Amino acid sequence: MARATTKTRKAVVTIAAWMIGLTIFFPILWTILTSFKTEGQAINDPPLFFFFDWTLENYAIVQERSNYMRFLWNSIIIAGGSTVLGIIIAVPAAWSMAFVPSKRTKDILLWMLSTKMLPAVGVLYPIYLMFIKLGLLDTRIGLVIVLMLINMPIIVWMLYTYFREIPAEILEAARMDGASLRSEILYVLTPMAIPGIASTLLLNFILAWNEAFWTLNLTAAKAAPLTAFIASYSSPEGLFFAKLSAASTMAIAPILILGWFSQKQLVRGLTFGAVK
Amino acid sequence: MAPAVILLLGWMLVPLTATLYFSFKKYLPLRGDSLENGLEWVGFQNYTRFVGSSSFWPSVQTTLIIVGSVLVITVILGVLLALLLDQPMWGQGIVRILIISPFFVMPTVSGLVWKNMFMDPINGILAHLFRFFGAEPLQWLSQASLQSIVLIVSWQWLPFATLILLTAIQSLDSEQLEASEMDGAPALSRFWHIILPHLGRAITVVILIQTIFLLSVFAEIFVTTAGAFGTKTLTYLIFQRVLESQNVGLGSAGGVYAIILANIVAIFLMRIVGKNLDR
Repeated sequence: MARATTKTRKAVVTIAAWMIGLTIFFPILWTILTSFKTEGQAINDPPLFFFFDWTLENYAIVQERSNYMRFLWNSIIIAGGSTVLGIIIAVPAAWSMAFVPSKRTKDILLWMLSTKMLPAVGVLYPIYLMFIKLGLLDTRIGLVIVLMLINMPIIVWMLYTYFREIPAEILEAARMDGASLRSEILYVLTPMAIPGIASTLLLNFILAWNEAFWTLNLTAAKAAPLTAFIASYSSPEGLFFAKLSAASTMAIAPILILGWFSQKQLVRGLTFGAVK
Repeated sequence: MAPAVILLLGWMLVPLTATLYFSFKKYLPLRGDSLENGLEWVGFQNYTRFVGSSSFWPSVQTTLIIVGSVLVITVILGVLLALLLDQPMWGQGIVRILIISPFFVMPTVSGLVWKNMFMDPINGILAHLFRFFGAEPLQWLSQASLQSIVLIVSWQWLPFATLILLTAIQSLDSEQLEASEMDGAPALSRFWHIILPHLGRAITVVILIQTIFLLSVFAEIFVTTAGAFGTKTLTYLIFQRVLESQNVGLGSAGGVYAIILANIVAIFLMRIVGKNLDR
């Protein structure tokens, strides 16, 4: 009897969870499906689900209209560069906060996080002017620097929470053996922190990839990443559902796939160490 | 810690000083004002003009409504969903992947996809759905513009809330729950007295992180309504002043207001978070 009820219960839970999951996922699924339809089929009434003539022509047209590979490459360089640079700079900070904390450590951490609350738009024009003066406007290096800085607080915070889980005795032992600070960080701390660093890397790569304020405002043609590639479909091209869908699928596919494979590590990183 | 702290300090102070400086100047680049020729000092004129403009208070209100509604929706639905996902079921891994997916979609894409393929009053899926049930399709982005934006943004952030809360629920000591179950505590009181208090920290983190990102929601509005139909947030209003009408002085004064608003929210949040993270 008890067995049967748990089975029924499990079935009910499964059906409910799958229905909700599919509802939440539906906009993405629909976009992917639509990208393989012709424009006519895309606005068919009633909507067509799986039984239509699958075609790749939208992808060809989108690629022809704007060079997808260049946007993709820009996205990879900008998101990757800012993340890697950010981690290199943040590791020493997170290290000292985790292992030689002072009274002000927590204040500094909170202050860092609070800088993220400063509205970007408040400093848009000064940055814009500086970029013109320094010749950084519409360059990849400019965006690497800006995105590195805006994600820095999150990187430091995440690394800090990971580092804090490393027992300090191990570092002391290394120090007793005469390891210098540099080799301590390089050979003792880093290998132990690899999982933490990896998930920090992933999360920040995703955040930088999807960042859509600075990337839209500081780029024009040369350094524009995928966020700008897709923004050019806002109107009136957005009315061509199949092409919009193809472009959208191309913009989100790389990160979606990366995210699916790494969701376990990501979730842990996202909790900022506040949830064990 | 030096390099990271110094870089961040510089990143914060240099542009902030410039914004403060511009906010007291008349600076219209298109009319020939430039730093080289010197800018005219106008005192607090930009500040009074920005607040005096009829779109100021509505924009503050819009900002707070978006942040507040998305927080309420994602936290409540997130708790419910996390409770559901915590139950034994078949294919939990796949359901998790389905639910986390919107988090990976860039804001420009989700804005455009929702606007065109879902909220379009003629060909959108929601219009088909309304017609199927015999209702008149809604002009989502003009008739219910703010609700539409809240819907889009909530869709993007619900995965984040759900997964953090799920992780927290899974870390709950199951013995405690079983004990209370044996004592005959009803499900609702178990939730209220054991699960919810346990989720306190996780909810704090969700609110903190989401607020940071929600205060600066931009792309979702940029590609959908472009600030029309009462969806102009403070961020968007300043963006229009600075980049569209090229009034840097006025926009900078607006920037200072936005910073003040963000600071009020930040102080409020930091107090809660600081307290909560100590435990």
